[in-house]
Amino acid sequence: MSDEMLNEEGNVQRTKKFMYVNRKAPYGTVYALESLEVVLIGAAFEQDVSVAFIDDGVYQLTKGQNTTDIGMKNFSPTYAALGDYEVTKIYVEKESLEKRGLTVDDLQHLVWEDEDEDYAEKDSIKVVSAEELGQIFADQDIMLNF
Amino acid sequence: MSILHTINKSPFEKDSFQTCLRYAKAGSSILLIEDAVYAAREGTDVSDAVKAAIQDKSVFVLLPDLDARGLNSNLINGVQSVDYAGFVKLTTENDTVQSWL
Repeated sequence: MSDEMLNEEGNVQRTKKFMYVNRKAPYGTVYALESLEVVLIGAAFEQDVSVAFIDDGVYQLTKGQNTTDIGMKNFSPTYAALGDYEVTKIYVEKESLEKRGLTVDDLQHLVWEDEDEDYAEKDSIKVVSAEELGQIFADQDIMLNF
Repeated sequence: MSILHTINKSPFEKDSFQTCLRYAKAGSSILLIEDAVYAAREGTDVSDAVKAAIQDKSVFVLLPDLDARGLNSNLINGVQSVDYAGFVKLTTENDTVQSWL
């Protein structure tokens, strides 16, 4: 499951596959913000990071969030920075979107730049079925749930 | 006795919304706040239940909470948006407030 590589001392170092699973809407509870912070911390340690949004978690990615009148920090622009932290695998469950009357067009357009292809901009969000996401979960080393 | 029912949980995560609809009598008011505002959107698994409620009850949604969540569009026809002043007005117009937490 993990890629092996040699570190500077010549020791085998494993990159682990981390999956962050988000199932909570933003603002009503602190889970979404906490998750985002942990994802960014994990990414800084150069691990293989994936992020999944299922159930009410899909609401975290809606575009046009404006928190001015509720007196809370709008942390939604931070999702757009994930690509710069090499978090390029963002999975959104199809069934969860449908149940909530949403399509991918209601979500932010998140991208990353592929340095192997002359920094071509690529979509980070993949809409997947629960069946497909379950397979992806089965391939992870570490699951973190929010 | 008129009752203002408030709901603050997502209808997809908790059953507060369904329970409120079970108890709210004709003529009463229901105000969706915080994560309950997700119920106000058209085309969801609960929009039929909201439309049924609108037939004999008044359904309101708190606008600042909708704006925060980026979903102030494609709302169910008949759901009325209110601001904080409107929230206060609803509490004064009704005899009691039932908060479905």
